[in-house]
Amino acid sequence: MNWFRLWTAIGVLVLSSSAGDVMLSAAMKRVGDMDALRSNHGLLAVMVRVLKEKFFLLGLVCLTFSFFCLLTALSWGDVSLVAPASASLTFICSIVLAKFFLKERVDHRRWIAAGLVCVGVALLAK
Amino acid sequence: MTIKKALIYAAIACCNGIGDVMLKRGMTDVGTIHLDQWQHVFTAVFNPWIVLGIGCLAGFFYSYLTALSWADLSYVLPATALGYVVTTVLSRYFLHEQVSPWRWSGVLLISVGVGLVTRGPSLTQPEIEPVEAVPEEVHELV
Repeated sequence: MNWFRLWTAIGVLVLSSSAGDVMLSAAMKRVGDMDALRSNHGLLAVMVRVLKEKFFLLGLVCLTFSFFCLLTALSWGDVSLVAPASASLTFICSIVLAKFFLKERVDHRRWIAAGLVCVGVALLAK
Repeated sequence: MTIKKALIYAAIACCNGIGDVMLKRGMTDVGTIHLDQWQHVFTAVFNPWIVLGIGCLAGFFYSYLTALSWADLSYVLPATALGYVVTTVLSRYFLHEQVSPWRWSGVLLISVGVGLVTRGPSLTQPEIEPVEAVPEEVHELV
């Protein structure tokens, strides 16, 4: 049942990581262009501004949880399987969440790319 | 694609791939985590490889946030996918793991997907989703 244990860890990691990604994206859209903010007000101002976003902090909690899931999964499987599989499944899951929660316009080009990455993931697991 | 976007994409891909490989190298020293001793996972943060890996992932996080501040999540995410290419090459030649031709073709497909996305627009225009457009509020906060 080692594969079941490994893929459960990857599944939990994917869900928490996607939720974190969507929250970070929502927070950063409210912050605005980080490069412009840094060159005008400095790095400290950027950090203060970003840390004021509650979605950023919530996203960080999700990503911290997914990081410890990643460490656990890495101790159970090869990095060349765990790292690409978890990250690309997160990619698909996050794009679906971005379409419905962030109202991003995910066009044909992006869906085809998502499909290619999905097939790529299946091949990585072989 | 501008130089700025290309540089941010490269930073996201390299930091992500190198960081993951260093974490795996560190977890090889730490050993297998057992469910009845799950607290053991926290001792990993004292391993130098894990510390270096976390450093790389911090660089990844900064570049990732910068990109997210001016591009869609569904546009930025493929940059993290480029990290798999780095991860696979490093795990073959640095960690000496076996990488089958199937995995190499997976890496190729992922790369093609990344190439496709980066040729499209980077940000959903507010006019398309007028309900979600809140420019006044954003400008006030900045």
